[in-house]
Amino acid sequence: MVMEISCEEVWREVSNYLDDEITPELRARMLEHLKGCKHCTAVLEGTRNVVQLVGDAKAFLLPAGFSDRLYQKLDRKLSEDGRL
Amino acid sequence: MSAAPRRTALPAPSLRVGGEILAFTKSQVDPLESELIQRVLRGQHEAFRELVRPCEHAVFMATQAILKNEADAEDAAQEAILKAFTNLAKFRGASKFSTWLVRIATNEALMKLRKERRHKLHDSLDDGRKDDKGNYVPRDFADWREIPSEALQTEELRQALSRALTSLTPKHREVFVLRDVQHFTIEETAMVLGIGKSAVKTRLLRARLQMRDALAPGMDGSWSTGRRDYEQVRPW
Repeated sequence: MVMEISCEEVWREVSNYLDDEITPELRARMLEHLKGCKHCTAVLEGTRNVVQLVGDAKAFLLPAGFSDRLYQKLDRKLSEDGRL
Repeated sequence: MSAAPRRTALPAPSLRVGGEILAFTKSQVDPLESELIQRVLRGQHEAFRELVRPCEHAVFMATQAILKNEADAEDAAQEAILKAFTNLAKFRGASKFSTWLVRIATNEALMKLRKERRHKLHDSLDDGRKDDKGNYVPRDFADWREIPSEALQTEELRQALSRALTSLTPKHREVFVLRDVQHFTIEETAMVLGIGKSAVKTRLLRARLQMRDALAPGMDGSWSTGRRDYEQVRPW
């Protein structure tokens, strides 16, 4: 029998839960709560989904031509300093 | 002033960034990175491209997290990379090269922000969604459905992610970008930003919940019910 936990407590720990930064005891309490709470499950799974999406390399792309402009600038700086 | 790195073997003196001295004690640089660094320090400047190329995305995202404007972010990213080249001999190797570089980029972006007096905190979409203890209260989208990663192929979802990211305040956005976009550890994020681990966790919680709320209309599954209004705003 695990001690009950409120929705507010679950929300406060959602991020730590995803990062595995909570104790096994708290994790067990949260899991027990999530079994019967549709809202908290939606918060947790929605947050997990966002973290997965933004961590995908396709989520945020570099501006087109970024690398070309960067190395042109680097080459220019080296030329100005008389190193090329 | 010379732009060339000094020919110094690792480990070299600590780096002062933004008034702080980064004291490193143990090498975390992988052998390939170390070799590239040594080549650059020996004057083979073309090796610097190989060293920096895997970090380009992280550097740009770090500066954009602070500056938002794409052109300013690119400018700061370029300056940071040039600065890293000039100061490469000062890199001691106790953090990963990418962490060191992102920290320089973060400081560069912050300096640019201060210089241009643009440090306006942007209101988030739901900045007022707090309970009486000041905790963020997530929206109730109980009928949740996952957005599959395949949906990232669509411009609409990528734009929705960018808008959601833009809606965060700078201090939440920079933590979120380092931790969740760039996959820095909590410790690395704390080190780059010069804040404590507990501050990273607090800001990360808020950022993640707000990102979830901003994107939740696309997660609640209602878009699949055939209602036209949902179809219009949830094209992925």
